[in-house]
Amino acid sequence: MLRALELRKDFGGLTVLHPVSVDFRPGEVHALMGENGAGKSTLMKTLAGLYRPDGGHIEWRGQRADFASPHDALVTGIAMIHQELMPIPDLTVAENITLGAEPCNPLGFIDRTRQTERARELLRELEADINPSSLMRSLTVAQTQVVEIAKALGRNADVVLMDEPTAALSDHEVAALFRVIGRLKARGVTVVYTTHKMDEVFKVADRISVLRDGQLVDTAPADKLSPEKLISLMVGRELSDIFPTRLPPSTEVVLEAADLTREPYYRGISFTLHRGEILAFAGLMGAGRTEIVSALYGLQPADAGQIKRSGEIVRIMSPSDAIALGIGMVTEDRKGLGLIPALSVRENISLSALPSLSRGPLLDHARELSTARDQMAAFSVKASGPEQPIQQLSGGNQQKALLARCLLNQPDIIILDEPTRGIDIGAKAEIYAAIQELTRQGKAILLVSSELPEVIALAHRIIVLRLGDTSAVLDAATTNQEAVLRFAMPL
Amino acid sequence: MLDRNLLHRFGILIVILLIGLGLSVCTETFLSLSNLTNVARQISINGILAVGVTFVLLTAGVDLSLGSVVALSGVACASFAHPGDHTVALPIAMGLLTGAACGLTNGMLVTRGAVAPFIVTLGMMTVARGLALIASGGRPVSNMSPELTNLAGDFLGLPIPLLCFAGVTLLAWLFLRHFRLGRYIYAIGGNENAARAAGISVANVKLFAYTLCGVLAGLAGVVLAARTTTGQPNAGVAYELDAIAAVVIGGTSLAGGVGTITGTILGVLLIGEINNGLDLLSVSSYYQAVIKGVIIVGAVWLDRRQSRS
Repeated sequence: MLRALELRKDFGGLTVLHPVSVDFRPGEVHALMGENGAGKSTLMKTLAGLYRPDGGHIEWRGQRADFASPHDALVTGIAMIHQELMPIPDLTVAENITLGAEPCNPLGFIDRTRQTERARELLRELEADINPSSLMRSLTVAQTQVVEIAKALGRNADVVLMDEPTAALSDHEVAALFRVIGRLKARGVTVVYTTHKMDEVFKVADRISVLRDGQLVDTAPADKLSPEKLISLMVGRELSDIFPTRLPPSTEVVLEAADLTREPYYRGISFTLHRGEILAFAGLMGAGRTEIVSALYGLQPADAGQIKRSGEIVRIMSPSDAIALGIGMVTEDRKGLGLIPALSVRENISLSALPSLSRGPLLDHARELSTARDQMAAFSVKASGPEQPIQQLSGGNQQKALLARCLLNQPDIIILDEPTRGIDIGAKAEIYAAIQELTRQGKAILLVSSELPEVIALAHRIIVLRLGDTSAVLDAATTNQEAVLRFAMPL
Repeated sequence: MLDRNLLHRFGILIVILLIGLGLSVCTETFLSLSNLTNVARQISINGILAVGVTFVLLTAGVDLSLGSVVALSGVACASFAHPGDHTVALPIAMGLLTGAACGLTNGMLVTRGAVAPFIVTLGMMTVARGLALIASGGRPVSNMSPELTNLAGDFLGLPIPLLCFAGVTLLAWLFLRHFRLGRYIYAIGGNENAARAAGISVANVKLFAYTLCGVLAGLAGVVLAARTTTGQPNAGVAYELDAIAAVVIGGTSLAGGVGTITGTILGVLLIGEINNGLDLLSVSSYYQAVIKGVIIVGAVWLDRRQSRS
């Protein structure tokens, strides 16, 4: 069906894709696996016509194909779901889904009724409860991702490239996506799939190609590989156990929330957080996880309820209030709420801590630089140097830099919202190790994650949310994924 | 990053030198001392405004009210500068305070009122112009004391307006580079939501940028009043456009977060050179407007094309 022949891609003198040859068969789910920077996204984008190959070519149904633009590829029958979400925030969901393929009446005007109907159909197929007339702006990251998937499905392509389609999705939506993929397969559609989630690959993929450092390591049927074998192919070394052991928390309460409420997102949320403890929020999309931790960091204060910091009632109306109270946060939305893309790694790392890196109103450049260097080393941020623009780093390294920024203020309470979303397994292991080290230092951590294995392995306690209500508080040591899901699913 | 900045500055610098070379060949007067001091006086006002508006553009904002604020500040300054009335300090302070008040109002409406900067400063553009006409009764405020008009003269052989411009430039450069607030301005322009999430008080930083821009417009108003020996309510029309053009030519992104004072200065020099050259070549002012517009858009187009590749 589709074949990459000796495809090569260079960026600024750096070869990110060494000649790679893979063939994709009709009706198969072909997973591309590899760490960040291994070349998965580059390969996909070349197949989708976003990049022109610097060597080799693409073969489509046995014919050489040259795609000058994504439009060419789309017309040929290749649609792509991008890892970086690209919604147009002020258009409706339906307008986004049908973008570029709007149903028109004979006069050339857009047929709104058919447009909405088409969007509703596609969303129903994905079992998503999203109103086609809502503005994209009002959607959560997870909902946005569902819309992007619907958009690609709507093209009726013969090949659908999915670059990390489930990064922001909860298990319920992932299951729905897999059912859609099953139907696509049955129709003979080829699905090319990347993910960082191990359990997913083995559920969905027929064949797996592993890339490492821009080279194809191996292509094999999924049932011939084990997770351990796959990881070792990806990283080139054995990873004995990526989850560190839990350390016992202390009994000292550092944060207490009582009856936090912000309709319609969450209500009556109460919990205590102890020194050295990892408390996780689990739940499906729309359960209110991100909204609750955003309130604790002052991004979207709660409408009602009380927060106590080490026994004292506090008001947190803005992130600067939270930082002053020793609360730090690494947000879920790396692009929207984390990075300052035009600034360097150094400037991004130091951003929250500049008051302590200044003499009066003046920046202490020397101290800023040495601090940034230290942080980069401590969190193994891989960059050409502290002056490299942060937008040139891989997702995992950006995430480590943002963690370094948050920790530079030495907060006692750290909120981590999807800290490992869309990053490779090596970077994940480093972040897990950093989290363990933080608890050893007596920091308390609020963790939000859609990856249940991560939640269960890292957290001490898990608060399960269902549509904004607390449905259970579980002891992570004695629970399992099924139990968490049971409390997370709507009744 | 640094290399590209250098290349970028180098690019404009070459254009400035080439045009200068052409003008010194085509005209006899371009390189004369009297012409160069004249150019220095002419660019000083646009330069002061451009430095001010660089701060606002870096936060991804805009200030369209500069020209009107120049007029209002000039009128305010001249009204307190009649001979024997007051010392020099009061009229200058009045000019600066008027500018500050306009800038502060802009900033308050943008941050607290959450109105788009384009609209806020468009409103201020007409309001300040109207206030200048009201305060002056529609007539130029003349009869200024020689102490004040002397400020348009020389100090140690250098035009005082140029010294003001140089001082403002130096302070602004130091500020953006060495002050924490300067870094915050870049951060906010680069990604406002991320800056807020990093604990920066976005509203206060923006308020500062608009107020500073207003103060510098006030300073430009004082300098202009001293140079023309009157407070003209109709002065400064469209000055904001030359200032914004200079900043953008200098590589500052209208989307915010990227740009330098050095770039702005080069932009000011280029525009000043074009204005002066077209005068020296006796090009009719109708054609001047067309040529200038084409050069401004062309310069930015070339620059963006170069930085994309």
